[in-house]
Amino acid sequence: MSKIAEAFNNKKAFIPFVTCGDPDLETTKKILSELQKNGADLIELGIPFSDPTAEGPVIQGANIRALKNGITTDDIFKMVEEVRGEITVPMVFMTYANVIFSYGMDRFFEKCQKIGMDGVILPDVPFEEKEEFDEVAAKYGIDFISMVAPTSDDRIATIAAQAKGFIYIVSSLGVTGTRSTISTNVKELVEKIRKVTDVPCAVGFGISTPEQASRMAEISDGAIVGSAIVRIIAENGKDAPSHVGEFVKNMKSAYKAS
Amino acid sequence: MTNKNGRFGVHGGQYIPETLMNAVIELEKAYNHYKNDPEFNRELKELFDEYAGRPSRLYYAEKMTKDLGGAKIYLKREDLNHTGSHKINNVLGQALLAKKMGKTRLIAETGAGQHGVATATAAALMGMECVVFMGEEDTKRQALNVYRMRLLGAEVIPVTSGTATLKDAVSEAMREWTSRIDDTHYCLGSVMGPHPFPTIVRDFQSVISKEIKEQILAKEGRLPDVVMACVGGGSNAIGTFYNFIEDKDVKLIGCEAAGRGIDTFETAATINTGKLGIFHGMKSYFCQDEYGQIAPVYSISAGLDYPGIGPEHANLHDTGRAQYVPVTDDEAVNAFEYLSKTEGIIPAIESAHAVAHAMKIAPTMSKDEIIVITISGRGDKDCAAIARYRGEDIHE
Repeated sequence: MSKIAEAFNNKKAFIPFVTCGDPDLETTKKILSELQKNGADLIELGIPFSDPTAEGPVIQGANIRALKNGITTDDIFKMVEEVRGEITVPMVFMTYANVIFSYGMDRFFEKCQKIGMDGVILPDVPFEEKEEFDEVAAKYGIDFISMVAPTSDDRIATIAAQAKGFIYIVSSLGVTGTRSTISTNVKELVEKIRKVTDVPCAVGFGISTPEQASRMAEISDGAIVGSAIVRIIAENGKDAPSHVGEFVKNMKSAYKAS
Repeated sequence: MTNKNGRFGVHGGQYIPETLMNAVIELEKAYNHYKNDPEFNRELKELFDEYAGRPSRLYYAEKMTKDLGGAKIYLKREDLNHTGSHKINNVLGQALLAKKMGKTRLIAETGAGQHGVATATAAALMGMECVVFMGEEDTKRQALNVYRMRLLGAEVIPVTSGTATLKDAVSEAMREWTSRIDDTHYCLGSVMGPHPFPTIVRDFQSVISKEIKEQILAKEGRLPDVVMACVGGGSNAIGTFYNFIEDKDVKLIGCEAAGRGIDTFETAATINTGKLGIFHGMKSYFCQDEYGQIAPVYSISAGLDYPGIGPEHANLHDTGRAQYVPVTDDEAVNAFEYLSKTEGIIPAIESAHAVAHAMKIAPTMSKDEIIVITISGRGDKDCAAIARYRGEDIHE
């Protein structure tokens, strides 16, 4: 069983997202520790990009703050290497195609393997373009995570058939950011995926409350929470780790209650 | 020219969120159907001729030719089109296509405002809703064009993210498209973005070179030695080049905005200073740092102030079929003034980049050689900014 699959083994996964280097890498380390302590099953680490076209204002802000601090891909590799002894849950990078392409595909994924990363999520690399990345990632044991959107329709079976690690279900149209309601029929998306593969499905985009998270996890295999956490970090800066820990604890207890 | 996956050599592709994939697939299917549909082509030709004022003139710039003392210079007058630039060619095509697809709303990005004005114009004509994304910096620099778009019934949304210029307007328009696809067509303004946009926009702009060819053959009985145009994303340049690509004796020259110089950070000359990357849906050359972060670019011309270039141009550069040269702010402003005084034609500051390079090469060529320069737009919009560049305190 891959390390990512373990995160979903006999449980609903809670998957938090943080942008590395917001407000600084020392704080990111402390946040990772809090995330694990309070029950994160898998962690998404954002490598900042200057023009994150799939993000709403909250995560855009985190990207800009991190880059203003001069954070580079190499700084993030070093940070992960330093915490990997302590953080034992699976971790995946979430970034944009150009960050990896400019670093050099082989060089990037080789480094990922060396520091103990498990997967990569690229919102600007759809099925048609994935081979260029997936081929190299696979060589180093890194899962290329596929995404399914509310508009995917007839594409779902094709995408699911080649999925690895987990499938990221985009809950809503538009960009990342909290939403009061999720109108997409996520259950139907999950059912279509299930017909093709037993790779676990986690739902992201717009999830901010414990109720939303537990409901999405209930109809799939897990929930991904990004903007709600990034907002707590934006509001609390260096004091964010304990607040994030508290937030994750509440999310997880909603899982248990359901 | 485009291969199956929308590639031009290694460039192009579809690097976009999954949410948009079915939308671009639907667009490609619709385009492939309508581009061969006689009724669609008849309607488009009528819009080009009766509404936009095509064909645009190919004008022999006799005074300029004599003054420079070398090659014979012709100007392709896209500045005389309705709305004042070549942008209308692409917009009429895409708006008509969107309407056939049952879309009722157009969204667009704009830098200087030329593409925004053209889109707002087509939307008004065809009774469609229109929303234009424009960097907040640019809304201040081009306040008159903002008013113009509103007058035409469009909503203008100032974009404050990133550097608040053209690239951020593109990003924001893409974000908007992912949130509303059913009734909305993204009317992209240049030969960039994910496939099929670079092909669609090029096809609608290729009317420029089709006309140049017919007109120069009628006037001179032969093809030109050089055709040239300014390049940002590259829509007027690809329009100018396209029907000459197979004519290997015709030299193709694209003029990039070098800003304060290609040895400075204040430049937008992508081919001359950028490297291969993936951004805004395509693989192509981009101005970026060593970690792939897109660089803030600079040019006096808001229309060329973009960190990338269309994938077909990137490939024409790779194969050596076209040459891309940098032109600085200073050279462009001199050319802006020169063409105004010499021929009584005020070119857009974007187009002045091409005029500037022609001023360099024409004197080195013989009198029986021919250069065609595309004047992509008119320069009225730039007068206040150029006056300020020359130290006069003029505001619109």
